Amino acid sequence: MKIIVCIKQVPDTTEIRINPETGTMIRDGVPSIMNPDDKGGLEMALRLKDEFNAHITVITMGPPQAENILREAYALGVDRAILLTDRKFAGADTLATSNALAGALRNIDYDLIIAGRQAIDGDTAQVGPQMAEHLQLPQVSYVADIHYNQNNLLTIKKETEEGYQMLEAEMPCVLTVLASANIARYMTVSGIITAFDKDVEVWGADKIDVDEAKLGLKGSPTRVKKSFTKGRKGAGEVFEVEAEEAVGIIISKMKEKFIIKPN
Amino acid sequence: MDFSLTNREKLFLQMITDFAEKEVKPIAAEIDEEERFPVETVKKMGKIGLMGIPVPVQYGGQGGTNQLYSLAVEELSRVCGTTGVIVSAHTSLCIAPILENGNEEQKMKYLPKLSSGEWLGAFGLTEPNAGTDAAMQQTFAVDAGEKWILNGSKIFITNAGYADIYIIMAMTDKSAGTRGISAFIVESGTPGFSVGKQEKKLGIRGSATCELVFENCEIPKENLLGAIGKGFGIAMKTLDGGRIGIAAQALGIAQGAMDETIKYTKERKQFGRPISAFQNTQFQMADLETKVQAARLLVRAAAYKKDEKLPYSVDAAMCKLYASEVAMEVTTKAVQFHGGYGYTREYPVERMMRDAKITEIYEGTSEVQRMVIAAKLFK
Repeated sequence: MKIIVCIKQVPDTTEIRINPETGTMIRDGVPSIMNPDDKGGLEMALRLKDEFNAHITVITMGPPQAENILREAYALGVDRAILLTDRKFAGADTLATSNALAGALRNIDYDLIIAGRQAIDGDTAQVGPQMAEHLQLPQVSYVADIHYNQNNLLTIKKETEEGYQMLEAEMPCVLTVLASANIARYMTVSGIITAFDKDVEVWGADKIDVDEAKLGLKGSPTRVKKSFTKGRKGAGEVFEVEAEEAVGIIISKMKEKFIIKPN
Repeated sequence: MDFSLTNREKLFLQMITDFAEKEVKPIAAEIDEEERFPVETVKKMGKIGLMGIPVPVQYGGQGGTNQLYSLAVEELSRVCGTTGVIVSAHTSLCIAPILENGNEEQKMKYLPKLSSGEWLGAFGLTEPNAGTDAAMQQTFAVDAGEKWILNGSKIFITNAGYADIYIIMAMTDKSAGTRGISAFIVESGTPGFSVGKQEKKLGIRGSATCELVFENCEIPKENLLGAIGKGFGIAMKTLDGGRIGIAAQALGIAQGAMDETIKYTKERKQFGRPISAFQNTQFQMADLETKVQAARLLVRAAAYKKDEKLPYSVDAAMCKLYASEVAMEVTTKAVQFHGGYGYTREYPVERMMRDAKITEIYEGTSEVQRMVIAAKLFK
């Protein structure tokens, strides 16, 4: 089984502060990490490797320093790592990113493509599904668990707002995975020591067969109109009363705010 | 000169910090309170390779440096001094003497299982009447043809009871003084070898510290470690290496107390502002931070010299002397900054203060480190 896992280096948003004047993230001094959902996806692939001896390739698109998460992936146990980096990719929105990634994936053998559900710096959850469309592959998003049945079938637990669905999909397909799907393993000491002796393949735009008009800023229809910090809501009121009285209070509050019709 | 961490060391630090925060910190107060040896943590550490960092790959180790090893002890100790010393005693005091003095059969027999954490290691030199005066060994080993027969006792042995392999010093020729001491590998379960009760201690209360008793304990002839009569040298060299581990432990405890104090003083408000806004706090913390960084550089330098196979005895003594005294100072002041809260077990700084004290005592007291440093000065 050959698996490709798409991963992204993101700023650790638990340590992010917003510049109140410009409304943009202060990136200085913020550590970069492997995106948590991607880590969940990578762990899913590593478990398939443990059980079925799958071969894992990780790929990331980003600036040269994104190599760090590829070394981390090597330390976790992957077999091959590719860094997609080129000035021509800069300024890409989700569409241009998925075009570039899909172009790269066409050059690699795979039975299964795994990506994180969404990245914590953008929260769009679009790149995985878009990639599946470009590659004309079936896709399942919000994956919480999978089971591999021989004859190329996956049984998939997909999380929904109400609960979950059990689905079956034939490989090759694209899964976008939740961080909560698995508890990610630790890098091993020997994995870390040997990670830096391994080859990280660096691919530029010339390495993929995608029209340059579809890459980077040129290939990005999305324009950011304005970014701002969400205003803080005032503190809520707390009523510690019996259920019956609570219902009365809720009803009168809703009437006050015209959520339900005042009589 | 380059004082920064390599990319490999940075990635290692990322992993060990994550491990320490998620697996070690949450139980640190509990194992202290219950005086419970954290067997489960040792298993987890073995699984990811933390129990044999500087052991070459051909002996089942990770093929890492002493720098990585000391980073591991530092980071574990930042959240739990007990966990730090378990790794340090195992690696520096049991694995290292086998690696440095063992023959090929001994290395192949013991190092893979010690490195994987399947076996835990310990070291026995100290006796009731042979502390700093370690040459006064009263444990004897008699050559009985096919076997060695050991009689005597050892005290204050870290990892005792939980360890599978013990490096034991014993007199093989009383008339020869320190040249009559030899080193042996003793396996737990050997008839005539027993472990006494666990000491009740001020700090590192989760670590096991016990007496070892040898009563006509018969060990195989091939368990002599190094040449006969070379045990004292082996023990001294082992302790040189061990001091880097203990210095890293002290450094970690000091850093842990700094982290806690910075967090607390930013939150705690008195006279209408956080106590971190007072210049007394700022100046004292600036001094402590400087000392912690100085200790860190001494530890790094000693580990570097050991990795480069340069002489490092004095460096090891200096880093252990300085880091342990800095740990004591930082943790004591950390409790002071926390005020009444710091004196309670609601906050970790009182535990850190108790844990710090031992670093000035074991693997050579601060006085012994001064003797080592002065001996070099006035030779």
